[in-house]
Amino acid sequence: MLSRKLRCLALAAGIAAGFSVSVSAQPTNIRIGGLATLDGPFVALGQEAFRAMEMAFEEANYTAGGRKIDWIKESSDGRPDVALTKARKLIEQDKVDILIGPMSGGEGLAIKEYAKTAPTRTFVNGFSAAQETTLVSPAPNFFRFGADGAQWQAGLGNYVYDTKGYRNVAVVAGDYSFGYTQVLGFMSEFCAKGGKVIEKIWVPNGTKDFSSAIARIPNKADAVYIMMGGADSINFLTQYDQSGAKQPLILGSNVSDQTVLSAKGPFQRRLVGLPSAHMVADGIEDAVYKDYVAKYKKRFPDGLSSPSAPFYGYYVATKAVLAGLNQVAGDLSGDQAKFRAALSKLRLDMPAGQVSLDENRQAIANIYVTEVARAADGSLYNKVVKVIPNVNQTLGQPREAFVARGVPSRDNPSCP
Amino acid sequence: MKLLLLATLNGITLAALYFIVASGFTLIFGMMRVVNLAHGSLYLIGAYIGHDVAALSGSFPLALAGGAIGAALVGMAIHYFLLDRYQGDDLRQALVTIGLSIIAADLLLARYGGLSYQFELPEMFYGSMPLPIVGGYPIFRIVLIGLAIAVYLALWLLVQRTRFGIMIRAGVDDRHMLGAIGVNVPLISTLVFGLGAALVGFAGVVGSSALSIAPGEDARYLLSSLVVVIVGGMGSLPGAAIGALLVGLAEQIGLAYFPTYSIILSFVIMVAVLAWRPYGLLGRPA
Repeated sequence: MLSRKLRCLALAAGIAAGFSVSVSAQPTNIRIGGLATLDGPFVALGQEAFRAMEMAFEEANYTAGGRKIDWIKESSDGRPDVALTKARKLIEQDKVDILIGPMSGGEGLAIKEYAKTAPTRTFVNGFSAAQETTLVSPAPNFFRFGADGAQWQAGLGNYVYDTKGYRNVAVVAGDYSFGYTQVLGFMSEFCAKGGKVIEKIWVPNGTKDFSSAIARIPNKADAVYIMMGGADSINFLTQYDQSGAKQPLILGSNVSDQTVLSAKGPFQRRLVGLPSAHMVADGIEDAVYKDYVAKYKKRFPDGLSSPSAPFYGYYVATKAVLAGLNQVAGDLSGDQAKFRAALSKLRLDMPAGQVSLDENRQAIANIYVTEVARAADGSLYNKVVKVIPNVNQTLGQPREAFVARGVPSRDNPSCP
Repeated sequence: MKLLLLATLNGITLAALYFIVASGFTLIFGMMRVVNLAHGSLYLIGAYIGHDVAALSGSFPLALAGGAIGAALVGMAIHYFLLDRYQGDDLRQALVTIGLSIIAADLLLARYGGLSYQFELPEMFYGSMPLPIVGGYPIFRIVLIGLAIAVYLALWLLVQRTRFGIMIRAGVDDRHMLGAIGVNVPLISTLVFGLGAALVGFAGVVGSSALSIAPGEDARYLLSSLVVVIVGGMGSLPGAAIGALLVGLAEQIGLAYFPTYSIILSFVIMVAVLAWRPYGLLGRPA
């Protein structure tokens, strides 16, 4: 009995000692928080995000600017309030210097607002791509090295109007800020050409049974533009196929992502030949990109058949942080002012092309218009049909005119 | 008109799925009063085991059987080793099963990853069939209705017409008296729990054929089962059927006519029913 008590005491003392050691060791290490989704509808995306950070850190040997990196992971479920709680935990309890994340559009808006209340830390966006996050009242310490959801659709509206010949399109999309952003990106080109979006059906995030939404698609639509996240899109595709609907589909960026293409199921037969657009595409014929894919496959043999877009998003974000830290030799003094100045001026040569930031710390990057194709080994991938170089957040339009049109919403834009 | 019909049909077929999931829950939670918040995890376990069986054997019926048996074994182990000793202690059962569901979710994520899985349905069930007015309708969703009716009838017969059913009902009313007359009550409880788990495992395979299986489905189906059983009335099989119909119809008609609010509609129904009939539509005081 006594010996057991003693053992407990010894254990407790050991734990306490361990804590005190790690506390005193902290100042020399840079603490980086990673926030992604290992819960909710975006689990597959979250796994990819953490793989990306792991690969980027390993390439740098967990060192940047001469200092070791401590990596602390947290998981959200895709909802803004959960992301906010987890971000607070990382910043306030784990005391991270830099936070990389979050995953989803609404989360990004919440984290950006939170960033304003933590001006001494730096926030680098992971994969969230709502337009408002950086377009309207941006936070000075929030950086986004990935294009936003509207940028991701650059070239798609023109492509389906000119090449596919679609004139009337119905939209079925996720009812949240990222969904609005993507639809705006698609419509700004498609409507400018004279195309009509005759019906917009917004479905709540996390909907599994879309059959009644499918029933609302008007017959006179030439094609249906769809955008929903992760697991939801697989359900939609299956139910669309089973319903006997014949209209061709146009895929929002998340639907053509590897997290969907790599999933197994009968929905796959519906996908080949469908157009989409994104900030990265597995079909990029470039030595640097192929090298990046090879590294991914070697490092994650149980991963997807090629790295997904969320992988790319978090990879670029982590690479940007490492590059910034290297430039200032790990100096985060002065509330990280030097580090932030370095980040703002970065020009990163990434696997899918060069990335630089505008005055709102929002990425300017290449966009790839793609079509889903089947590779020799039977897996699906996005074949590049067109590259739109250096797309900025205002899609090439003057900033004031673009902002004046208002943030994307259920009814904005509209061209029925 | 066509939209309303389609939405109604969709609601009924979704209700069929909800009923199959909730029928196991009404057996375990409603009749036996075992608080099992790992019900959703059993759904996921059944679906994933079914998927493995289908991948190995290529047979859909075997997958159904595999999912049901796998979930039943896991369920019986949970009941025998963890829950039976806390019979009547709701809070402990709730905490133990919440803990289990968190562990199970992470284990399944580690084993199966975050990607969605679907079943290759037999050719005769895939695609759509012609129906008057609405045009085409997915065959498998019609099959769902048949499955739900079969489950309902089988359960009703078992509970109302067999010796085993009499023992279940007696155990619900007075566990100690049943034991005193020589019935092995813990064994009966574990078997009933296993039956409930088998039903939800079966539902897992059916549900992931109609929709898909991915992490997070556990919480969704636990929630829908809770709402269905609470709305219908604890322990009432017809109640669970009516509850499932209400929730399924609300979800689909909501999605067709006012999608923004469809998510809260089932909770509005729950609040309304509880305000009007605190024991649920067909429930009686415990």
